[in-house]
Formats: sequence, C-alpha cells, structure tokens
Amino acid sequence: MSDFTSNFWSYYIAIMTVVGLVFCAWLLVAVGRDKGKASETTHVWDGDLTELNHQLPNWWRWLFWVLLIFSVGYLIYYPGLGSFKGLGNWTQTGQFDKEMAALDNQTRPMYDRFMAMNVEDLAKDQQAMGMAERIFQNNCARCHGSDARGFIGFPNLRSGAWSWGGEPADIEQSVSGGRTGFMPPLGETLGGELGVNAVVAYMRSLSGLDHDASLLLRGEILYEDNCAMCHGTDAKGMKDIGASDLTDGVWVHGGSERAMAKVVEFGINSDLADGDFAMPAYQGVLSRGQIYLLTAYVWGLTNR
Amino acid sequence: MKFFSHETLESKLPWLIIAIVFIISIGGLVQLPPMFFQTSMTEPVAGLKPYTALQLEGRDIYIREGCHGCHSQMIRPFRSEAERYGHYSVAGEFVYDHPFQFSSHRRGPDLARIGGKFSDEWHRGHMIKPSAFVLESNMPNYPWLDKTPANGKLIARKMKALRIVGVPYTDSDIAMAPGELAGKTEMDALIAYMQVLGIHVKSMR
Repeated sequence: MSDFTSNFWSYYIAIMTVVGLVFCAWLLVAVGRDKGKASETTHVWDGDLTELNHQLPNWWRWLFWVLLIFSVGYLIYYPGLGSFKGLGNWTQTGQFDKEMAALDNQTRPMYDRFMAMNVEDLAKDQQAMGMAERIFQNNCARCHGSDARGFIGFPNLRSGAWSWGGEPADIEQSVSGGRTGFMPPLGETLGGELGVNAVVAYMRSLSGLDHDASLLLRGEILYEDNCAMCHGTDAKGMKDIGASDLTDGVWVHGGSERAMAKVVEFGINSDLADGDFAMPAYQGVLSRGQIYLLTAYVWGLTNR
Repeated sequence: MKFFSHETLESKLPWLIIAIVFIISIGGLVQLPPMFFQTSMTEPVAGLKPYTALQLEGRDIYIREGCHGCHSQMIRPFRSEAERYGHYSVAGEFVYDHPFQFSSHRRGPDLARIGGKFSDEWHRGHMIKPSAFVLESNMPNYPWLDKTPANGKLIARKMKALRIVGVPYTDSDIAMAPGELAGKTEMDALIAYMQVLGIHVKSMR
C-alpha cells in the first residue's frame, strides 16, 4: 500500500525503520564489550558483593547479527520501507490473485466441459455432481437442508412442486437472479376469520385434506373472487409470478389449517420493501459454471 | 555515554521512564500514524453508507450479545476464504465502524459478507433456534430478541456520538432515528444489520 496523502509518510517510515536497525546494531556493539570490571555498574552489596558487566552469550549475539542481516535482505526484496515496492514486487493481493488464477487454470477445463453439456447429461455426470453436491452443501443447505428437503418456509427441492417452474432454465434463473414472491394479506378482504377459514377449507378440499365441508361453498366463491387471478381457476398456480399450485399437496409454508390460515390472512412478503421469504440472488456470489452445476444438481434431484 | 550508563539510567528515574517510553513507542510510531494519511484506510468504498438507525441498533445488539466472540467480520485474502465467504475484506468497508467488529475467533462462520445471502425469515428462524436449520450448530438460541422491543431512547445520542468521530449523519437522520425503531423488535434490528454487512464490495466473479 503506498497511497499516502503525502510522500512525507513514506520517508518517515523508511527512515524510522533504517534508524531503528542501525540503533540495534550500535546497541549490540556498545553494550556487548566484555569489561568484566566492578566499576561498570557501581552496584555493591554487603561490602564486597559486586555486579559485573559481562558480554552477552556469543550464540545470542551472533543470532542477533544474523537477524539484522536477514532484515536488510527482507527490506530489499519485500515492501517495507515506505512506498518502496521491493525488488520482488510482492503484494498480498498479488499473491491472492495468483492463487485464484492457479485455481481457475485447474478448474477451467472441467467447467468448459460441463458448460458444453446439456443439463440432462450433466445431471448424470458423476464428477460434476460430486462438485455440485459440495457447492450445494456450502451455499444452499443452510435454507434448503442438507438433504434438500427444506424447512417450513423454505421449499423442499425433492417434492417435485415448483412454484417458479422446474425446467432447467427456470431453476437457473431462480439460483442466479433469486426469487421474491408476493402474496397479499387477504384477512380483511375475505371478511375476517370466517372468510379465511372458508378459503382454507376449499384449498384443503383440492388436495383431499380433511376440511370443514359446511364452509366449502362459501370458500369456493371467495376463492374465485380473490385468489383465482394468481393461482388460477383450476388452482394450478402460475409459475411466472411464483403463485404455487394448490392442488399438489405440497405446502411450502406449512400444511396445517393454522399455518394455511396465517398465510391467507397475513400474506407472504406483504411488506414489499422487506422480502422476508426471498430466495437470494447468487449471481456474483457463485460463478456461472457453479450456478450451471447447481442447476443440473437441483433438476436432477427429481428428474434423474 | 554518561547518559546511557547504568549509573545514570538506574539512579535517575524520570530519565529511565523517558528512555523506556521512547524505545517501546518506536514500533507504534512507525506503524500507526501513517495509516491516518493513507487513502485506502480513510476513504469509504463506493456506495458505503453509514448504518441506518435500525442497523446501528442491530450492531449494538450484536455487540451486547457477544456475537463477536464467535463470529469474525474479516475475510483474509486467501483462496480458501474467498471461496467460502466471498471477496476479501478491504479497509474502506469499515470506515464508519466505531469500533469495527473484526474479532479474532471463528467458532462460527465469518459474517463479513453475510448480507443478502439469506432471507430475513431465515435469519429470524435461525436466531431463535439455530439447530433447527443446521443440526450440528453449536450456536446458542436467542429467542428473546424476537420478543424484546428495540430501545429507541438512546439511538439519537448514539448517532450524535458517532458523528463526533466522523460518521456523516445529518440532523434529519438523527431526528428521525427514534421513529425508525418504533414498533421494531431487537430481532428486526439485528437482521437489518446482518443484511447490510459486506454488500458494498461485490465478488470478483
């Protein structure tokens, strides 16, 4: 780093460092001479006990000299004296870039091969899926689970239900660009608890779950008026806006009556500024090759 | 040589003190003052903004709960770290941090680039019970954060104090701060802080 606001600081560091080294060398010479005389310290106890000034052990002095000489070589080769870059032109970030370039050289041939394959073949490639498994565990498993079965609120990737589409291109877009769905809070629109429960009863009837049959008719009417425009009159959802299929028996935010009523009443990500349940965008976090591998891996979970 | 003889140094105490202070301060004098005159140390990276009131309150909860005891916020320029966490940390990301939360322990993962990697609800669920998401996690549960309202009483004074040490808060920032915390929980504040960590330097991929 040599972005000082003034060259003064560069000289300041260089001079202090050099003077410091010279001072150490002088000290070593000045105090190192073996005088062996009592007068050197003037410390006398009990009349005749005196403290002498002896030379430091030779191994210690020589080691210090070796270190001083080493430091001279070090300061010539490495950056240390102010803005002087050193003859080796070494920088911390330069070493990092080299490490990363070495990694790229190692993996580029593999990724070139993977990128040339289509997702179907890639999902069968053992080497590719071995790498994808690790990328998944390091980046995706925190939310989707190490077995990819997710948690409540975080989709199970083995369920075969895809709110945003399960084609390779859809999955790739979900990983790289992220997804933020929006379900409005309908509690008031549906006329409170009874309306919410009616819609829930109708939704549950679609996938054969137990429900309060007396609410069905009211629920169906409310559904047509309030839900069908996104989830469809057939309730099969609409993948372009992430509206989920309500007939497949997969409930991302929980399949209990209570959990479903909560979603209908309060919505999902209803405060648009927040995106509480959002799939983050991994473009920029992961490379294109890594995202392509993940696409094949996630697609392969249900299609292999 | 009289000044540096045993006799002088050991019998004139003030002189001994001056000599010792001078010797031990050399290392610090070479390393520290020049940093205040280095643009990479003092200039914020592009796009860096001071913490909002909610994020700042989250930062203080982070400190109060001792998160820095287990989580670092400092990605070193090594391949292994960049692969796992993202672009290495640069000094310009921390110019508004007083104090910065580099930390020196990693019992848990580094958090320097945690912003945007998880959704708010993931953070919420994870903070309440980390082992529900990561079975082998040794992170404690922090369920009370979700029930405790964020304390807006001190936030304006905190921001004024930070302004004195160089964080560019405007008067209106400070005036609106208590309102920004109204109705929020400590969990909301901590999540807001998490979501802004490290988002200003993008990975080089």
